[in-house]
Amino acid sequence: MEYNFLCNIFILIVMPPFFVGVINRVKSIIAGRTGPPILQLYHDIFKLIKKNAVYSRSTSCIFRIVPLTSLLIVLCAGMLLPIASPSPISFQGDVILFVYLFALARFLTITAALDTASSFEGMGASREATYGALSEITIFIVLMTLVIIVKSLSLNKMLTHGQNVFVADPSVILLFLAFFFIMLTENSRMPIDDPHTHLELTMIHEVMILDYSGPDLGIILYGASIKLFVFMAFTAMIIFPCSEGPVWAGTGILFLKVLAVSIMTGLVESFTARIKLIRIPQMLIASFVLTLFALLITLFDQRML
Amino acid sequence: MNWILVGIVLTTFVVLGSSRITTRIKAVAIQGGLLSVLQFVARGSLFDIHGALLFGITFFIKTIIIPLLIFRSIRGISMRVDKEPKVSSHSLLLTLGLITTISFLNINTFPLAVGATISSLLIPSALTTVLTGLLILVTKTKATNQIIGFLILENGVFTFGMTIVSEFPTIVEVGVLLDILVGVFIMGIMIYQINRTFDDIDTKSLSLLGDA
Repeated sequence: MEYNFLCNIFILIVMPPFFVGVINRVKSIIAGRTGPPILQLYHDIFKLIKKNAVYSRSTSCIFRIVPLTSLLIVLCAGMLLPIASPSPISFQGDVILFVYLFALARFLTITAALDTASSFEGMGASREATYGALSEITIFIVLMTLVIIVKSLSLNKMLTHGQNVFVADPSVILLFLAFFFIMLTENSRMPIDDPHTHLELTMIHEVMILDYSGPDLGIILYGASIKLFVFMAFTAMIIFPCSEGPVWAGTGILFLKVLAVSIMTGLVESFTARIKLIRIPQMLIASFVLTLFALLITLFDQRML
Repeated sequence: MNWILVGIVLTTFVVLGSSRITTRIKAVAIQGGLLSVLQFVARGSLFDIHGALLFGITFFIKTIIIPLLIFRSIRGISMRVDKEPKVSSHSLLLTLGLITTISFLNINTFPLAVGATISSLLIPSALTTVLTGLLILVTKTKATNQIIGFLILENGVFTFGMTIVSEFPTIVEVGVLLDILVGVFIMGIMIYQINRTFDDIDTKSLSLLGDA
């Protein structure tokens, strides 16, 4: 049993940068480039960790503790998720902890961005706070709907609800689509924020980490890849719940599921242009309405209305 | 059946949420296609001459003729994107959420008998479609958008009609479809006239008219 838990944690620690590589590879294939190697992010992280950090004189200790703290918070959130086998930590109501751990990580990142005293990073922090507030409500409605479907407040039970099948139900598909969009928002991916641009007017996430260098930057990149991995795994599990089975089978299926979601993300990023900043709240409200609709359908199906 | 109903409501959402007129018209066309399939499914029996006839006519009118007519009437009108919406799209979308919730909550107050072949999701989705059509009609001032709002309103009424589809004579349905077709024709002509008089299809300019 403990072996399974270790396996979960191992996957959570080792695999995430790989899927960032997959997304970048899909994008470069579609753009007709060779692109960076799939394992590029591992090299980047190791290179950065070997360097020294430079700290601005205007920063305080908050700025220094944030990268590692938010990495640990995101790892904790990942441990609540039944990745390849039942999750290491699980209790009734861990759904709410799951969401708020990410909110805490976001709060810390915003605080650190404000701590640099750069008005530029303050702008990014303000954007991040706005979009975070709007996407949180959608995440909660998605989780509420799943809670109603599975009738349990534990993520472990929610995402391993028996059927080892593609859940073909209109409301589940709607949840999947809405959560996919939220995944892109939360991780500052393409239609919302371009992870590769450093153009000041459009950045959201990149602008908040501009002052970091060396090992801190490496940790932040690593933490971001874990967050992306956890969200992609969650997105895949909405439509394709985890199976009960040996841990190697779970790992294999998980690998395929997250691979599929990363390829989807890569395709979406290749074929869409970044949305205008003023249109983003509108898209987020649209995804909120979509999940609300899914919630209503589910309540209706369960004869709760 | 649930899939089709969800599709109908989603196309309504697309119409309200998008900012391009061509997207809206396409969404209405898809909705028309879904409706024609819906009434086929609601009948229950597959090879029914009335059903097949109605399917053909509905599909032809709602998915091909009406969208083409609208496309034709906006040809030469440059306002393909509505630049300054009267009501912000944020509040429109939030109202849409409210409308959907209300339609689902009040389901028990409608004493409509839902047959065995018909999903109970039908009435709330029909109500959502009708109310959203109404919302589009009252919030958009461009004449083309009002046509689209009217069509969505009518599609919602059509969806309501599915509850009595088996007892309803086909000829009445076809008559209703013909009425709508004529309605869209007349509205197309009106768009042309408004555009020629005001160089714009904003219906707000109509309120400036007076006795000279």
